[in-house]
Amino acid sequence: MNLKPLLRYALVVLVLGLIWKGAATALGGIILPAPEDAARAFFSAMATADFWAHFATSAWRVVAAMALAWLTAFPLGLLMGSVPRVDALLAPFIFLTYPIPKIVLLPVFLLLFGLGDTAKIAMIALILGYQILVTTRDGVKSIHPKYFDSVRSLGGSRRHVLREVLLPAALPHGFTALRLGTGVSVAVLFFVESFATTRGLGYMIMDAWGAMDYLTMFSGILGMSLLGAALYEIANFLERRACRWMFLRNKG
Amino acid sequence: MLTAENLGKSYGGQAVLEDVSFSLGEEETLAIVGPSGCGKTTLLYLLSGLVRPDAGRILVDGAPVAGPGPDISIILQDYGLLPWRTVVDNVALGLKVRGVGRAERLDRARRQLAELGIAGRDADYPANLSGGEQQRVAIARAFVTRPRLMLLDEPFSSLDALTRERLQYALLDAWKQRRVPFVLVTHSLEEAVVLGKRIMVMSDRPARPVRVFDNPGFGSRSILDTEACFNLLRELRSTVEDLW
Ligand SMILES: Nc1ncnc2c1ncn2[C@@H]1O[C@H](COP(=O)(O)OP(=O)(O)OP(=O)(O)O)[C@@H](O)[C@H]1O
Ligand SMILES: [Mg+2]
Repeated sequence: MNLKPLLRYALVVLVLGLIWKGAATALGGIILPAPEDAARAFFSAMATADFWAHFATSAWRVVAAMALAWLTAFPLGLLMGSVPRVDALLAPFIFLTYPIPKIVLLPVFLLLFGLGDTAKIAMIALILGYQILVTTRDGVKSIHPKYFDSVRSLGGSRRHVLREVLLPAALPHGFTALRLGTGVSVAVLFFVESFATTRGLGYMIMDAWGAMDYLTMFSGILGMSLLGAALYEIANFLERRACRWMFLRNKG
Repeated sequence: MLTAENLGKSYGGQAVLEDVSFSLGEEETLAIVGPSGCGKTTLLYLLSGLVRPDAGRILVDGAPVAGPGPDISIILQDYGLLPWRTVVDNVALGLKVRGVGRAERLDRARRQLAELGIAGRDADYPANLSGGEQQRVAIARAFVTRPRLMLLDEPFSSLDALTRERLQYALLDAWKQRRVPFVLVTHSLEEAVVLGKRIMVMSDRPARPVRVFDNPGFGSRSILDTEACFNLLRELRSTVEDLW
């Protein structure tokens, strides 16, 4: 087990805590509670089943959305990047709708999919899926043709080109998009959880905010930060596992 | 064993190859020299079946080349190794494509690597290897399928002088052992003399063979020290200087 990332996290938390402390002192400590109070509240919240129920709901929504986004957008990006006819057909749709802020479709999604988790998951998946789709497509398009020649020269068929070139060359792009997309995913998660639900960290934050219970609010904020950091690390881990060759350059 | 008849190829209306004919006998080797950008790589692509000629035809043992296949191995200009596959998987790729089982293909790949002087680097990725090692892996990859014809595109041009010499000899030794005929494209006249039983000089675009030299001293490691070779080199050089 490598302790370096943990140390780095600890250092960052410490620095942020100091800044927070300064700000809290300056603001008088009501709107912004002191970090040690927030931390204490956070730790006691972590001892309650209620907090973990909110956390689990949020985690389920965002992980399901990320998996859905990846499993649809990555293959589609691979297809668009490698089959010019499919790309010619779909690319105009993708790039004309790309600049539209998908989040404004949330009311439509709520009408379409109801107030349950489906609409929330679909919203996050749509936004993240666009990133993964476009990144993967562009990545596949930029694969050097010499790798196709290399496999074809050995007598490889389309299936071999897919398995030996397209897939391994596209994976890093797909995983980088996933990793960088964790931030946006959690942000969208917060937004969709502030409507039409009584579960999830987003709800917990907004509910406590309405009740002016700032300590609970910060417990939710810290919980969401924890969720975001965990997702980033998981995506990072997956990327390193699936694309080991990318990270070996400087060794040996 | 290899016959090229009146090959022609154009890209975007520009003729790259025009009326290229030559043949290569069993147990022979052919070195091709020509000015940069004249179409040497294109010619090898045609010979390998990766690209179809616009005119003419290519026969291997009397049968036309219909596409890339196991009989012909090509070593691409920058090795053509896949960065996301380990050394041993790269070498075994040609066998995998032909449906050879995992255990057997890995075993054959390992033995081929050892034969070329690379042992214990199986699990490394190409990026971790030196240029010379990568080139050996590429040669192993081309050899492991036991092709009947090898095509090599400037295989040693990016190596330092000493490594280049060593690999030239490795290729020569491999040829002496197996007598697999090869066509080698090179920029270096010395390399052409060391590795070519015959040497074909191409013109600038559109490329066509201008002269074919016989190299009776071919096969000896110390060929560069002989008088005959010295005269051949001088003649080659003056042909090339007139042309390019
Ligand atoms: N797929 C292609 N599409 C268009 N033009 C091409 C293509 N392949 C090669 N050419 C052109 O054909 C010409 C010959 O290229 P080729 O790579 O065969 O030259 P070469 O003799 O191998 O050069 P070098 O010595 O630099 O390797 C070049 O002008 C190149 O731009
Ligand atoms: Mg070339």
